Amino acid sequence: MQATALIEINKLDLFYGAFQALKQVSLEIPQRAITAFIGPSGCGKSTLLRTLNRMNDMIPGARVEGSIEIGGTDIYGGDVHVETLRKKVGMVFQQPNPFPKSIYDNVAYGPRLHGITKRRELDEIVENSLRSAALWNEVKDHLKRSALSLSGGQQQRLCIARALAVGPDVLLMDEATSALDPISTIKIEELAQELKDRYTIVMVTHNMHQAARVSHQTVFFLNGEVVEYSATEKLFSDPSDQRTEDYISGRFG
Amino acid sequence: MLLRKGLPNLSWDFLTGLPSEIEEGGGIGPALFNSFYILFLSLAISIPLGMAAGIYLAEFAPDNRFIAFIRICVEGLSSVPSIIFGLFGISLFVDIFHLDLTILGGAVSLAFLNLPMLTRVTEESLRSVPTELKNASFALGSTHLQTIRTVLIPVALNGIITGICLTAGRAFGESAVIILTAGVTTSGELWDFNLLSPGETLAVHLWYVQSEAIVPDAGDIAQKATAVLIMIVLAINLVFRVPLWMKARRMKG
Repeated sequence: MQATALIEINKLDLFYGAFQALKQVSLEIPQRAITAFIGPSGCGKSTLLRTLNRMNDMIPGARVEGSIEIGGTDIYGGDVHVETLRKKVGMVFQQPNPFPKSIYDNVAYGPRLHGITKRRELDEIVENSLRSAALWNEVKDHLKRSALSLSGGQQQRLCIARALAVGPDVLLMDEATSALDPISTIKIEELAQELKDRYTIVMVTHNMHQAARVSHQTVFFLNGEVVEYSATEKLFSDPSDQRTEDYISGRFG
Repeated sequence: MLLRKGLPNLSWDFLTGLPSEIEEGGGIGPALFNSFYILFLSLAISIPLGMAAGIYLAEFAPDNRFIAFIRICVEGLSSVPSIIFGLFGISLFVDIFHLDLTILGGAVSLAFLNLPMLTRVTEESLRSVPTELKNASFALGSTHLQTIRTVLIPVALNGIITGICLTAGRAFGESAVIILTAGVTTSGELWDFNLLSPGETLAVHLWYVQSEAIVPDAGDIAQKATAVLIMIVLAINLVFRVPLWMKARRMKG
């Protein structure tokens, strides 16, 4: 954890009504690296990910205490516009969810929302984003085709391109490969490796091998608490907590 | 069968001719014009209101008893027999505003008849849009209104148009409301845009010639009018559908 921290989470509690989904979570997430959240279902890892771009705001009864700072700004502070935050913190979901529009319009969707209308500017953003998502060569000749005509893996890379098109600093990946076949999964993992030089990536994964393969830091969650947080190599080879060891050796979860 | 009896005898004179009270050979011109005029007016009133109400109920309405009550009212209203709306129209326009039987009264009463249905259909179509698409849009930093405009409505449009077709078809063939509020006579001119003229429509004319008229060729007129009515309802559906089919074909790519 030598790199500078971009995201600082401080004593975060999150409640869904009376149920406490996150308990006193404190974490520092380093800039331009891949951080993986692992843990059994319902441990709070996806919940924490969704606090980073405030997608939990939309869930009725969700309440947050504590603070999250991204680049020094408290994102739950009163003067932060959630739309501005989400421009800076992009997200890729579990299921590929392209809009039923053309490939071009999918990528241009975000920039258009934020007021870019010039054709040439949009063209450039679309090309750059698709190149960054390693999809350009496959789709450059039929940008007008429906996004739904792409394969699952291509759709997911399109969703990554769409997220990159608004120019984020952080990319959240919420089990982004769990609906994909192994080959598409590898492609997304390779892509994440390339993107980490420019973006801070936080991924939630069910697949421990994936965390071990791609991430630099790994956070192990259990019942809404952070059990262990260390460099990926250390966490998988020499965990300091018995519960971590039980989980990664497959004794539960 | 209805088409076979009526279609072969149709003529331009019949479609545009003035109706006759006593002699043979009356046409349906003014009634046909009124049908379109009243349909257009009623849709112009009910589509914006119905869609706005549907969008509100689907996206903004808080989840409380009052809104649940409103929802039950809307549902109840959409199954109220149309003649009740006719009686309502009479008491509003004839008794309170002293306007007599007018195109305006007919169109507004018909709009009331259509409103609950359009509201329901809009709400249901918006609700059936996958949450993943909504989330995708929010995660790119769009506001709630932007998401409704650029994702929800385009995706739900198919369902909404189906609802509009159904209501338009029903409204075009509606007789009870019009008999009570717009009357069974026309002003006797073909192109009469005056909102305060009596406005017998095609469906009403059909009922009138079958049950009350004393012209010798009433049966013949009724058959031809029936054929016209059916063809127009079909045409309304086609006109709304064709662009959607073309769009759907493009998007399956």
